[in-house]
Amino acid sequence: MNLPPGYFDYPFRRPGMDHGRYAYSNLFKRKPVVWPEQARIALWIVPTLEFFPLDMAPKGVKPPGGLERPYPDYWNYTLRDYGNRVGFARIFRALEARGLKASVAMSARLAERYPHVLHEVNRLDFELVAHGIDMNHIHATGIGREVEQEWVKHSLSTLRRLSGQPVNGWYSPAHSETHDTPDLVAAEGCDYVCDWVNDDMPYQLETKAGPIWAMPHAYEISDLQIFHFYKYKPAQFVEQVMDHFELLYREAATSGGRIVALSLRPWISGVPHRIAAVEQVLDLMLRRGGVWSATGAEILACWRAQQ
Amino acid sequence: MRAEDPGLYDYLPYYDRPRITWPGDARLAFWCAPNIEHYELDPPVNPSRTSWPRPVPDVLHYAWRDYGNRAGIWRMMAAMDRYGVRGSISLNVAVCDHFPDIAAACRERGWEFFSHGVYNTRYTYNMSEDQERAFIEDVKTSIRKWSGQELAGWLAPALTLTERTMDLLAEAGITYTLDLFHDDQPMPVNVSRGRLISIPYSLEINDFTTLFQGNCTPRDYTDAIKAQFDRLYMEGGENGQVMCLPLHPFLIGQPHRMKQFEEALDYITSHDKVWLATGREIASHYLAHHYDAFAAAIATGKKG
Repeated sequence: MNLPPGYFDYPFRRPGMDHGRYAYSNLFKRKPVVWPEQARIALWIVPTLEFFPLDMAPKGVKPPGGLERPYPDYWNYTLRDYGNRVGFARIFRALEARGLKASVAMSARLAERYPHVLHEVNRLDFELVAHGIDMNHIHATGIGREVEQEWVKHSLSTLRRLSGQPVNGWYSPAHSETHDTPDLVAAEGCDYVCDWVNDDMPYQLETKAGPIWAMPHAYEISDLQIFHFYKYKPAQFVEQVMDHFELLYREAATSGGRIVALSLRPWISGVPHRIAAVEQVLDLMLRRGGVWSATGAEILACWRAQQ
Repeated sequence: MRAEDPGLYDYLPYYDRPRITWPGDARLAFWCAPNIEHYELDPPVNPSRTSWPRPVPDVLHYAWRDYGNRAGIWRMMAAMDRYGVRGSISLNVAVCDHFPDIAAACRERGWEFFSHGVYNTRYTYNMSEDQERAFIEDVKTSIRKWSGQELAGWLAPALTLTERTMDLLAEAGITYTLDLFHDDQPMPVNVSRGRLISIPYSLEINDFTTLFQGNCTPRDYTDAIKAQFDRLYMEGGENGQVMCLPLHPFLIGQPHRMKQFEEALDYITSHDKVWLATGREIASHYLAHHYDAFAAAIATGKKG
């Protein structure tokens, strides 16, 4: 079996990316930005609150944490649900005690099911970010544009109606998009998405509904990656998050304000034996000084005003 | 017909080999190989391997790798400059077309360009002989165009090969391959004509197999690099050794790993009797001074 001649066609082999979604940009050749009060680091904390339905049947893209044991998988259902009952409360208290802000990504079904969680988000003045309908609705090629459009509209309208917040940020469940996702969320009034993990700063995405921005949702230091996939210990989480912070803190002296994004799943970070590691990194960062705690919308607005 | 062994090299006991000596009487030739890659968002399908774990567009995994070209490579370059370590880049040559600034920065530093195919999403599997020959020619031409260098080394794209690859590399004048992991020293490779050698790369202290696949923390990774260095440096007192540090900017160039990378470079460059070389320099030296002795030792061994 030989390859067809078309295997050696390279239609995008020219300057720039192999798609039109965004332009190439060297992180170190950009205009430095200045954060409020000359902060070196904008600290963007993203607790991600997800609903994993008991009857979910993962097909195609399997979301991390998805239920995969035979029905009824009480083991995994209740472990995830723990996060939305107990874990998130621990994380929120840790943030409140330190006067920190957050952007909370939330499944629309969770907002409907647990009004208390939504109430806490609003009480603490946290930003709400749309995170799809639930973890059984993964935006992946094959679902069809019209279906996806309906999912996007439903996710955003549910969160907006129940919270009273504008909800201008989008984080696709499982970081999964179709070719249409940025176009669809932009058309529904979103300014930014959190799915692209290729940068440490915001950058512009082109969509059919005009430009929106990719926010740097650092995947490599997320609790999902460090604890769930790499299976590291809490002390190693602290080391890595702080190594990440310190390097960006150092760079900020010459390259302008940087962003540290801390992505937290309550079913991972909100358990008793890990929450201290989260509190420790927050304390270490705050003790360093020069840290601006802000929501994604605030960081993006500040950054955009300087472009 | 499938074979029970690659047939590309012959047995040679590890101790009592001809002695390799390096320039400056170094114990160890150390070289650093950043893999500068581009993975296409929507590549054509090769029947033997799919490119992405998720349906196209696999935004998560595409963007993860794209981080290396936007941010990671620039951090790595700055660190390597500080420690005087040149890179030998394992290059998807299309990177030069997409991101000419990266090619220019490597060229300005005098880094070696060697082949890692065109894209990391175009696999050698299922190429006909003519297709593979044309593919190698494309890479040679690109590397000449972007670096002014004659291509000397080859690491197959995504480590995908055919049984013909080694013969075709030798035919094209390429002198070293990095796809064979059977030894800690350079070795002659059996090819139909010409001379080809294998140079030690590494899948053991590669950031991909350790940090990405192997559940190895950055600190454990630095420890592994140091341990690898210590042992080869010790053995290098007896017979010259080679140590390669193969890296990926999208992994080692992440903020939380740079400190560990710098620590590893600091450790290695603080030793004397280390030849900070490129793949090409190691290959040329071995071919000029040691290939014949190794070939003779192997031939003697075969006669029993």
